[in-house]
Amino acid sequence: MAVQTVIEAVREAMREEMRRDDKVFVMGEDVGKRGGVFLSTQGFIEEFGESRVINTPLAEASIMGIALGAAFRGLRPIPEVQFSDFLWPSVNQLVGEAARVCYGTDGNLPVPMVVRIPYGGGIRGGLFHSQNVEALFFHTPGLKVVAPATPYDAKGLLKSAIRDNNPVIFLEHKKTYRMVRGEVPEAEYLLPIGIADVKRAGSTLTLVSYGLMLHYCLEAAEVVSAEGIDVEVVDLRSLRPLDKATILESVKKTGKLMVVHEDNLTGGVGAEVAAVAADEAFEYLDGPVTRLCGPDIPTMPFAQTLEDAYLPNTEKIAEALRKLAAY
Amino acid sequence: MTQARAPKRPRKNSAKGSAQADGLPQGLTSQDLVEYYSKMVMVRTMDERIWMLNRQGKVPISASAQGHEAAQLGSLLAARKDGDCFLFPYYRDLGIKMAAGLTPTEVMKSFMGKAGEPYSNARQFPLQGADLKHNIIQISNVVAAGLTQAVGYALGCRMMGEKTVVLVFFGDGASSQGETHEAMNFAGVHKVPVVFVCENNGYAISVPQSSQMAIADVASRAEGYGFPGVVVDGMDLVSVYEATREAIIHARAEGPVLLEMKVERFMPHTTDDDDRRYRPAEEVENLRQRDPVITMTAYMIEQGFLTQEQVEEIDAEAKRAINEATDAADAAALPDPSTLLDNLFVD
Repeated sequence: MAVQTVIEAVREAMREEMRRDDKVFVMGEDVGKRGGVFLSTQGFIEEFGESRVINTPLAEASIMGIALGAAFRGLRPIPEVQFSDFLWPSVNQLVGEAARVCYGTDGNLPVPMVVRIPYGGGIRGGLFHSQNVEALFFHTPGLKVVAPATPYDAKGLLKSAIRDNNPVIFLEHKKTYRMVRGEVPEAEYLLPIGIADVKRAGSTLTLVSYGLMLHYCLEAAEVVSAEGIDVEVVDLRSLRPLDKATILESVKKTGKLMVVHEDNLTGGVGAEVAAVAADEAFEYLDGPVTRLCGPDIPTMPFAQTLEDAYLPNTEKIAEALRKLAAY
Repeated sequence: MTQARAPKRPRKNSAKGSAQADGLPQGLTSQDLVEYYSKMVMVRTMDERIWMLNRQGKVPISASAQGHEAAQLGSLLAARKDGDCFLFPYYRDLGIKMAAGLTPTEVMKSFMGKAGEPYSNARQFPLQGADLKHNIIQISNVVAAGLTQAVGYALGCRMMGEKTVVLVFFGDGASSQGETHEAMNFAGVHKVPVVFVCENNGYAISVPQSSQMAIADVASRAEGYGFPGVVVDGMDLVSVYEATREAIIHARAEGPVLLEMKVERFMPHTTDDDDRRYRPAEEVENLRQRDPVITMTAYMIEQGFLTQEQVEEIDAEAKRAINEATDAADAAALPDPSTLLDNLFVD
């Protein structure tokens, strides 16, 4: 087993799939000689050439529309949005078009496309380099939405996404790119989309999260474990389809549920997780379902103090866990 | 390739240096013209019937192609003669979608939203989705969304080592969208084998061209993308055939072409529109003097390709076929509600 960062795992997943299948190609801003602004395609243009590593004009709508058209022809495009904050001009092609193609052709036109989106904050990115964009895609039938937190999950899920015949939104938290390291097997493996992972077993309460926040949740669980609070941490990994079974199994065991995400509180993933618990595990609940999320402002501000105030962190999560455990 | 120019009057002998002995442009036979004239009459008869059925409450929505038939069928003819073209039509392209190979009953089932219609199994507006058997995709009603997709499809074909040329159709309204610029810019940079076909009827629903753009010809924008723009009289099938044929050859060899076909819209935007609010009645009356069906009927007789009697037979056959299609579609089953959740994903 080699230890890799998230960005290395992402790069290796794409490289392996591009070597395996000529139909896989990447396109986006600066993906060529620059290797992507986060270096996710470093070395690709040298290995695969300009026809499969396409530098595009700075025009996100066409990046997605062109990728979608290539997918219609049976290619497996991996279009990249440079920062999640820049994807809004392309939303029609993703939410309006790609998500509707399979249903709107009664299953006759597959869309084997993976949209890679570096997202999220905690990197002093301010309002336009920090955004959490998952709620929009989470709400959209016809898309699959993946948001891994570790190198192992990122690689296995990205390889599955590339082989999927449906449009996948692949969300990579950019603070995890170099911050998070983990063991990644040398041998090939795939991880199924739509299956959550219990990252820490526990019995006192269930803590559901994904992306960067998953790591803070694990730290907070360790902090409170010394106080006798035994937290089970569920990493969603895939947001859509949502793995209700794993969430419910855990909630039925612990009787208490808390959701943590960096995205805004209202209408976020946490709201749906809470609703699932209320609908399908009501009689098992032994406390209020709680959410610790970004407040309802247009993402985290630039100033360090304000960014810190916006983001959940280990201390805030630990405090919320104590409160819920004491209920 | 000629640069943007004013539309010419319909030409009997429109081929420049490529005319055959019978005076027709290269690759075109009188049999082709008889076939496509018959298709044009069939499309017009269908279009008129659909409008009537809408008023009877049997068809929820239609965007009439009346006035666009020569443009749609002339370009389809060029694409079919070429033999390796893929089409991304838009919502007003009844002529292309029907004449590409659908039976009148399939078309009528689509307009009535009946189970098994070919584009989306009645999930979408009529003839919207994909008819892959006939090399056609049109996903949505968002104007210009198909342009970038068409460029991607053409790019994909090239990556697969194919020689396919993609023709993507759009109205003058869609020419204002940002994605039109993005699609043309990318296609120009990468010399993608695509023909951008603008069916310019001068109206974006109620907004006239003068309020949509400060130029006379959409085709003149091509210069800004580094490829040729061509204007053709879209009311004349032979001229459209010839211009499209040249555009396809150019696209395959050298990259994109913007082909603007000047057409007229004889009907309101859709069955839900009332054009009396924004268009003088005499405007359409005058335009109907150039009705492509009437013009082509006269041309076919004048050239000796059809007799008056044969023209009447073609007309009678179209009416018979559309009557039969109406009855068959009327009797066809609606989709079973139990299929509501089907096919959100493929395996």
